[in-house]
Amino acid sequence: MPGSEFVMDTEVPVGVALRGGTLAFGDKVIFESLDLDIPAGRTTCLLGPSGVGKSSLLRMIAGISPEAAANRLVSSDGGAIEGRIAYMDQRDLLLPWLSVLDNVSLGARLRGAAPDRQRAQALLAKVGLAGESKSLPAALSGGMRQRAALARTLMEDRAIVLMDEPFSSLDALTRLRLQDLAAGLLAGRTVLLVTHDPLEALRLGHRILVMRGSPARIASVLEPDGLPPRPADDPNLHGLAAAILAELAG
Amino acid sequence: MTNKMQSITRGLVSFAILIAAWQALVWGTGVEFFILPGPWLVLHSLIANLELVGRHAAITLLEIVLGLLCGCGLGMVNAISLSWFPKVRRWLLPLLVVAQAIPVFALAPVLVLWLGYGLASKVMMASLIIFFPVTTAFLDGLRRTEPGWLDLARTMTAGQAGSGRWAALRHIRIPAALPALASGLRVAAAVAPIGAVVGEWVGSSAGLGYLMLHANGRMQIDLLFAALFVLAAMAVTIFFSIDWLLRRLLPWQPDSLPNE
Repeated sequence: MPGSEFVMDTEVPVGVALRGGTLAFGDKVIFESLDLDIPAGRTTCLLGPSGVGKSSLLRMIAGISPEAAANRLVSSDGGAIEGRIAYMDQRDLLLPWLSVLDNVSLGARLRGAAPDRQRAQALLAKVGLAGESKSLPAALSGGMRQRAALARTLMEDRAIVLMDEPFSSLDALTRLRLQDLAAGLLAGRTVLLVTHDPLEALRLGHRILVMRGSPARIASVLEPDGLPPRPADDPNLHGLAAAILAELAG
Repeated sequence: MTNKMQSITRGLVSFAILIAAWQALVWGTGVEFFILPGPWLVLHSLIANLELVGRHAAITLLEIVLGLLCGCGLGMVNAISLSWFPKVRRWLLPLLVVAQAIPVFALAPVLVLWLGYGLASKVMMASLIIFFPVTTAFLDGLRRTEPGWLDLARTMTAGQAGSGRWAALRHIRIPAALPALASGLRVAAAVAPIGAVVGEWVGSSAGLGYLMLHANGRMQIDLLFAALFVLAAMAVTIFFSIDWLLRRLLPWQPDSLPNE
């Protein structure tokens, strides 16, 4: 598996549990008394129709949702969750004035630490951008930019990785390749991946949660056979995907 | 031919057409030389008075440069403090908007009264008219940071002692606002000479504005035009130098207009 030497450099896998999560925008209740378990060292995919509140839930766990200060998040080892999360958005969020290498080591820069350029270079090589470290983001294609964003996420070396539809803006082929790459590089970390694509969830998730309704709740939990990344041409996956789509539509 | 050479050629051609039109106007209308001297006469006067015009031009240039430095510096500091302290913003921003509506030129006599006939009143005048466009342009940029970048920064600095907001300002908000600041600086470069010359007109003993008034009073219209010509050349040079510098410094800022 590519990238296995990057697995868990410093941290032991840690799980996250949300108990009685509540989120409302004004009078509109997105979810209330929501319980969610994200097991340590595994990839949990959160599926749901658009607007159901899955991104809001992810942002709440990431600590970047100002509406949701009072929610209870607990880690499986009892430690603080703050500072142990890396976040990857649907948009690459690369800073246009920094080179790819400087973007990848943005975290250290923001924390006032010296960036580990060698590690950043090695990660860029892992995501296939070894020759682009000096380029500005504008010179890269959409897929390359998202790979740089993945390298930046991994550079943070956090135990918990939260991903908000990270591949949804890419074309089908690039998406499949990046799914494989991410699955390899993220193996062993605690990952919560929000997606609206059942097949993506089925390929990448040890565990798949379907979020539905208003206020939203976790309607079903699925643990497909085999280990991710599951092959895209697996007929079982397509059967399951059709079933999930039917559930989402219903 | 390269793009650069083409644009230089275009500039020279436009300049030549302008001079030719000027000469044609003088010949065609038979206007008196003390109303509109021809380009040849002005050039002659410029060469004859090179030392005089040069001395006054140096003073005006100094006023413009000092005014640019003070006005831009103060405007930038002001924009950053307005964006950093919400309380300052709430109190000061409405005041700034009102102050901007005051015609700064009307303050020129007061500035000369307070700061005297020397350099200070002109630098102050130029600073004042630069200060507002720089502040508003930069503040506008500082307020429009992509929220996703700030969210990302927050996850990266979470759990760190206190430094997150400052780090986000320094590494994200300010660099992201630089293109907006650049627009403010271009405006500043264009209006700084106006400030300096208006200051000189109201009361001074040196500078191109002073020289122009002085020459006008003595019917040395060719000298007046020579000073005006130098002032215009100076203003254009300052503007294009700053524009060139800003383009060099912000290569990541895409220019969406077709190449000119």
